[in-house]
Amino acid sequence: MMNGVQDPLLRNIRQRKMVDFIFTLAGLMSLLFALLTLLALVLDLAVTGVPRLSLDFFMNFPSRFPEKAGILSAWVGSLCIMLTTSLCAIPLGVAAGIYLEEYAPKNWMTQLIELNIVNLAGIPSITFGLMALGIFVYKLGLGQSILTAGLTLGLLVLPIIIVTTRESVRAIPNSIREASYAVGASKWQTIRYHILPYSSGGILTGVIISLSRAIGETAPLITIGALTFVAFLPTSPVTSDFPFISFQWLKDPFTVLPIQMFNWLSRPQPEFHVNAAATGIVLLLMTLLLNGVAIYIRYRFRQKMKW
Amino acid sequence: MAKSSSQKLTEFTAANHPVRRLRRFKEKMIELILFLAAASSVFVTLGIVGILVTESLPFFAHVSLKDFLTDTEWTPLFENAHYGILPLVCGTFLSTLIALIVAIPLGTISAAYLSEYVSVGLREILKPVLELLAAIPTVVYGYFALLFVTPLLQKIIPDLGGFNVLSAGLVIGIMIVPYVSSLSEDAMRSVPSHLREASFAMGASRFQTVFRVVIPSAFSGMTSAYVLGISRALGETMVVAIAAGMQPNLTLNPTQPAATITAFIVQVSLGDLPHGSVGYQSIYVAGLTLLILTLSFNVIGMWLRKKFQEKE
Repeated sequence: MMNGVQDPLLRNIRQRKMVDFIFTLAGLMSLLFALLTLLALVLDLAVTGVPRLSLDFFMNFPSRFPEKAGILSAWVGSLCIMLTTSLCAIPLGVAAGIYLEEYAPKNWMTQLIELNIVNLAGIPSITFGLMALGIFVYKLGLGQSILTAGLTLGLLVLPIIIVTTRESVRAIPNSIREASYAVGASKWQTIRYHILPYSSGGILTGVIISLSRAIGETAPLITIGALTFVAFLPTSPVTSDFPFISFQWLKDPFTVLPIQMFNWLSRPQPEFHVNAAATGIVLLLMTLLLNGVAIYIRYRFRQKMKW
Repeated sequence: MAKSSSQKLTEFTAANHPVRRLRRFKEKMIELILFLAAASSVFVTLGIVGILVTESLPFFAHVSLKDFLTDTEWTPLFENAHYGILPLVCGTFLSTLIALIVAIPLGTISAAYLSEYVSVGLREILKPVLELLAAIPTVVYGYFALLFVTPLLQKIIPDLGGFNVLSAGLVIGIMIVPYVSSLSEDAMRSVPSHLREASFAMGASRFQTVFRVVIPSAFSGMTSAYVLGISRALGETMVVAIAAGMQPNLTLNPTQPAATITAFIVQVSLGDLPHGSVGYQSIYVAGLTLLILTLSFNVIGMWLRKKFQEKE
């Protein structure tokens, strides 16, 4: 009698444990699958591309001959655009984030801005390129230049900087603000001398993440008409004439690493694919480096900040 | 001496002292500047919508809306131009669908596993590594799809062409796994633990708790994760531009080459297109279509989220 009651129960328990075990395996497998794909991608690039990496590869312009071609114009272009992007996105993003956390009244305008930032983050990046082509290139006459590209990517990563700024400002306890007001500081002084320094770690993380996003972004730059074959460098920022600094480079045409890689990838010859792989390695290393630094900073600040 | 300084202090604390007035003015100006920075994001959206609409409108002077929506060929750059958006929309949906078939199960199972099965220490290591998948430049994924996944698939499907939607879709799927899993996991972890404990107390297994308690109560948060994944897949450009062949093709066969809306925009932008030509307008029409598709999925997502929230 006892057995008759227990048997189906035991079987039921055994079955459910079995299902649970199978799901554990499924979870492990899906994570493993994702990680193995990552590994395959990195290894595939490395095996093909690493032998091609040499000083010449970094110091040569692109060429019709795959063995002579290099990424000089591409990495210089990427660097210039990263600089312009940061100069555009960091002040704007941090200011917007601080306004939304510290000043914004609870009204429809604030709600509109917040909703808009969420939506902006979901808009396909290529539509930013179309917007830049229509407004920056043709309406404002900035041309297909480094400035246009920097502004485009700056606006593209703006939501990332705003959101991370808000998160790290929000994490500062109110007692800090109250202490600052109590000794007579104004709102701006409180922000300038307390809020900004204490949230700088979080903001920096956001900035680095957004740069790592911008450096790999290809589609919007192709849309604004970036060249795919550039055998010259932007004008030097230092000149021999007074005032010794030139901003002419902002107006120059450009190419960037991902576009150079795309260009080589779309050619039929396998020799160019090797160049593409080598460029991919450079891109991947830069992205991983930036992300690693961001994770490290986040980790350090989390350890240091004990309110 | 001491008196005069205290007198000065009293004067200074008076609300109408010039220094105080200046300081108030400065505070107001700073607030205004910060407000303008925050409002600039709205202008970006207005700029995007505005330019897409204004540059698209002249297009419909050449092409009727009916042709645009029903013509089955998209050949704006040919002598005999056809402007039917269907092949591009079809390509976009096909690659997104394949991506979702990969990303939703993988992302959801990974999220459930990370949130409910794994210890905190291991999760802190696995999550950033998984998120690296989203940080890799898309052009690198394009390389991977064209020169790794396609040759691999050709071993299984021998008559698979060098360019096909299948490998592009699969790779996009892998790419958006972190978008799906990260937000889903956050949603699952924010389910209060007393719900889990109640379920365990009733004798449910971990698997039953995950599928009957945690996922139903986290579902409204998980829909945001899915919608984000769908938005990414719809707007993904480089992978399809590299691996899917950039040929507008009205087919649902994933082994065929095809073009998505985004791939078409890239293809046109690579050439030299005069400002104001029909070809130039056609990329704005394509962009507007993409934006409308993305927004409709976001609206559906919002509606679903509301619906499942009310049920709780």
